[in-house]
Order: sequence, then C-alpha cells, then structure tokens
Amino acid sequence: MLKILLNRILIAIPVLLVVASITFFLIRLAPGGPFDSEKAVSPQVLKNLNEAYNLNAPLYEQYISYMSNAISGDFGPSFRYPGRSVSELILTGLPVTLELAFYSIIFAVIIGIVTGVIASIRKNTFLDYFPMSIAMIGICMPTFLLGPLLVLIFGINFELLPVSGWGTLPGDKFLPVITLGAAYAAYIARLSRGGMLETLNQDYIRTAKSKGLSEFQVVIRHALRGGLLPVIAFLGPATAGLIGGSFVVETIFQIPGLGRFYVEAAFNRDYTMILGTTIFFSTLIIIFNLLSDLALLLVNPQARSQT
Amino acid sequence: MSNSSDTMWRDAMHRLMQNKPAVISGAVLLLIVTLALLAPFIAPHSYSYQNLDLGAVSPNSTFWLGTDTLGRDLFSRILYGARVSLMVGFIATLVALIIGVSWGIIAGYFGGKIDSIMMRFVDILYGLPFIIFIILLMVIFGRNIWLLFLAIGAVEWLTMARIVRGQVLSLRNQEFVLSAIALGVDNISIFFRHILPNILGTIAVYATLTIPQVMLLEAFLSFLGLGVQPPMSSWGTLIRYGVESMEEYPWMLIFPGLIFTITLFSLNFFGDGLRDAIDPRSE
Repeated sequence: MLKILLNRILIAIPVLLVVASITFFLIRLAPGGPFDSEKAVSPQVLKNLNEAYNLNAPLYEQYISYMSNAISGDFGPSFRYPGRSVSELILTGLPVTLELAFYSIIFAVIIGIVTGVIASIRKNTFLDYFPMSIAMIGICMPTFLLGPLLVLIFGINFELLPVSGWGTLPGDKFLPVITLGAAYAAYIARLSRGGMLETLNQDYIRTAKSKGLSEFQVVIRHALRGGLLPVIAFLGPATAGLIGGSFVVETIFQIPGLGRFYVEAAFNRDYTMILGTTIFFSTLIIIFNLLSDLALLLVNPQARSQT
Repeated sequence: MSNSSDTMWRDAMHRLMQNKPAVISGAVLLLIVTLALLAPFIAPHSYSYQNLDLGAVSPNSTFWLGTDTLGRDLFSRILYGARVSLMVGFIATLVALIIGVSWGIIAGYFGGKIDSIMMRFVDILYGLPFIIFIILLMVIFGRNIWLLFLAIGAVEWLTMARIVRGQVLSLRNQEFVLSAIALGVDNISIFFRHILPNILGTIAVYATLTIPQVMLLEAFLSFLGLGVQPPMSSWGTLIRYGVESMEEYPWMLIFPGLIFTITLFSLNFFGDGLRDAIDPRSE
C-alpha cells in the first residue's frame, strides 16, 4: 500500500512540473506586456519596470529562476499590487477559501449522506422520490444562479441573512456555504443512495438481518462502510470542483478568497498572480486527490490487493 | 446482421417511449430547439434594439417577459440566447466527442502498452483543475467563440474516452472481431464494420449527457464575463446581467435562469432515459 502511495507521489511531481512550465510559457505568449494598460509610461520607466521584474533576461533564464524560486514557495512580485508578493496574496486568500470549502463539503456530506441513505432504505416511497427530485434540481441548477436566487429570497426579500461578506456580520457564512455545497449535497445523495442499494442486496447484509439485528444497526454497522465507497471516491474530484465553484461564490458574495483574487487577476492581466495561483491550485488539487486515494485504500481492502 | 441491429434500436426506442420523464424531457427539448431555430420568425421584437427611454419594464402584454435596463425585449433576447447557448453546447460536445472517441478507440483497440500509457494520461488530466486553464486560455488568447468551443471540448472529452475505451476493449476480444482479424480483415474495415456500429448507442448516450455539462461550463464563463461576448449573448450572459440588476428588476434574472435550468434538467433526464433504454444493464 505504501508502494502505491509512493508511486502516486512520484507521478504527481513531474505532472506539477509540466503544468507549471506550460502555464509559464503560455503566459509569455499572451499579447502585450503586463504594463501595457498603464497610460503613457516613458520608455525609460518601462525599461526600469522590466528590469525590476526581471523581464529583460533571456526567456530560459527567466524560466529557470522562476521555477527555482517557485519550488521554495516564492512566486515573485504581483504586477498589479506593487510591493506585495504573489505568495503573500495567496496566503491572505487561502484561509478564507479553505474555510468556505471546508464548511461546504461538511454541509454537502451530512445532507447528502443522510438523504441518500434514507432514500435507499425507503426505496420507491415518498422519502425516496421527493428528496431525489430535489437533488436532480440541485445538480442542474448552476451555482451562479442558485447563489443570486438565495440572496434575492433570504437576503433582499425576507432580510434574514446578510447578502455579502465573510466573517464580518453574524450569519454571513450561511448563504455562501449553502450555495457552494448544494450541488455536491445533491450528488452525494445520489451516490450514497446508489451505493447503499447495491450493498443492501449483498449476502452479508441478509446474514446480519437474519441474526435479528435492527434495521438501524444493520445500516450503521454493516451497510454504510460498503455503501459509502462511491462517496469517498467522489470527494477528491469534488474538492477540485469546489475550488472552481468558489470562484463564482466568492465573486457573488464578495468574499476575499483565492478564487476572487484569481478572477480579478485574470481580468487585470496580473500575469505573475495568475501563474502563481495556477501552480498553487494545481498542487492543492493534486494533494487532495492523493488524500482521497489514500482514504479509499484505507476503507476498501479490495483496492489494496488489486494494485 | 442488419436485421438484429434494427431490432436492437427498435427495442431501445420502445423502452425509451415507456419512460415518461424522458419522453416529456425530449418533447421540451424539441420545443426549445425549434423555438431557437425559428427565433427570427418568432421573436416579437428585435433582440438588440435599445429603447433607453423605456428602460426596464416588468412583464406585460407587449413585452411578455419584460425588458432589460436598456429597454430590450427579454423574450426575444432569451430566444436568441438559446441559439448561442445550444450552438456552444452542440459544437463543443462535438469537439469533445471527436477527441474522446478517437482516443478511446485507439487505446481500447490496440490495448497493451499503448492503452496503459494513453489511459494513464487521461487519469492525470482528470486530476487537474481545468476551470483554471480555461480561464487562462480565454485571458491569453482573447475571448473568441471558436476558442471557447475548443477549450471546452478539450476539457470534456475525458469521460468519453474512458467509456469508449472500455467498450472497445470488451468488443475487441469477442469472437466475431477475433475471427475477422483471423480472416485478415484490415483494422479500418474491422473498425467501421464491427466496432463502430456496436458503440454508437453508448456514444449517443454520453454525448447527450455531455451537452448539459458543456452548456454549464459556457454559462459559467459567460457569467464571469469570459465567455460569449457582446453583441452576442448566451443564457449565461443574460443571467449575468440579471444578477447585476436583480434587486430592482428580478424578472431579468428569473426568466433566463428558469429556461436555462429547465433545459439542463431536460437534457439530463433525457440522457438518463436514453442510457436506460440503450443499455438496460447499466442501472
């Protein structure tokens, strides 16, 4: 098992390197220099700026110095926020984004598993159909629509919850977390329902039932472990998706997280910021995928013996 | 041979027709596509004519779904938006289909080392944050609609490649293919005569299920302002404008949002129904 994990890590490193290199060169392909939009800069100032940001050196030298700095966590200075480094900006935004993602995934897991498991036990009844139809709507309704609608209903019409911000007003975390978590709650509900239905048909469940265990005990002690495997496998890709979703949610609710910084950087053509965050996000997501693989190996003995 | 495959399709059609949600979704989709195609004849007003004196008015008998802040008829704009959204949906799916199906067929048919390298590549791409790269591409190369098709298609082919590869791999080892190989039939003919007809159903199913994902991605980019650019407007763009003025003019958000959700909902239900009809064992 350690071997599998080591293998994955060994693959992850070159992948990251390739991603970082491609991004680096893609950004150099971008039309116009980073200082183009600043009005009427004299050639001398431009030259000094280019020198200050090390843009005059040959491309391969810039590449090597950027990469060696990046490995030690230094992504260079931001083009748009003079005097602040990209790493500094990332570290300001990261805790906010992680907190948002963490609450959302907790929300999604709890709501999703509870409804999915109940739906599977009460298959083809109202408790199955009703939540599963809602789940289908949850999957189809995009974040950028759900968020504003929730704001419109709970924030503006009923004035129950704050419409923007993060940690400044009481209750301002509810709407962003629900918005970001809803689609995943829906997905997890479907996955756990499917997984549970399959597990509940297995022989060992029948054995457990015939031993006289109550339905509750059968589900908690025996069925959950197998039934929730698809959910665990989904959590890795889900975190990747959550980060994409956080772009929208942070924009809608004006949350000062990494996603909003990225979108802003994209609009401002803040190239060092884009480059830094891309590498950072990729690292983060590759790590989450590794963790979810590890979790899967831990709970599923079959996967352990297979590879 | 042709007889048995006719029966297969007829059976699938029969199963599909018995699935009520799928039939209703199919009808809804047909209606939306027809409306989009006939937009120039149906639209009661021009989608671009601005009437600043009028401004945003709520739905009434002249403007069925109201107007936007520039006095443009929302119903006409939604109709024309449907053309853009659906076009992106179909073309980008086609791109994903071409890449994914070729990739899957090559990997599955040749197997062995080629297969494991190609699929390893897909696994790696699966783990990457693609949304970031699309944003990156749109920023670097400008907000061009053809680039949009390519970028979205280039992201959405992975699942298709996996599924097609699995199918081809199992077909590859069946007697009728093995005997064709033993008879010395060349790869191309084997592919067109024996493999392709047997995976068409699966491809149709996953193409249907890819369209809503593609449309979602396009709307997401347009919502951020990185997708379809004015004067064109997709449903994503309309939702973006709707969000900007939802406090005063909520209909600007509600109607485009509603039609978009209904379309995605129908596509998903229809795709699920199609899957159950073509491959009854998948459930």
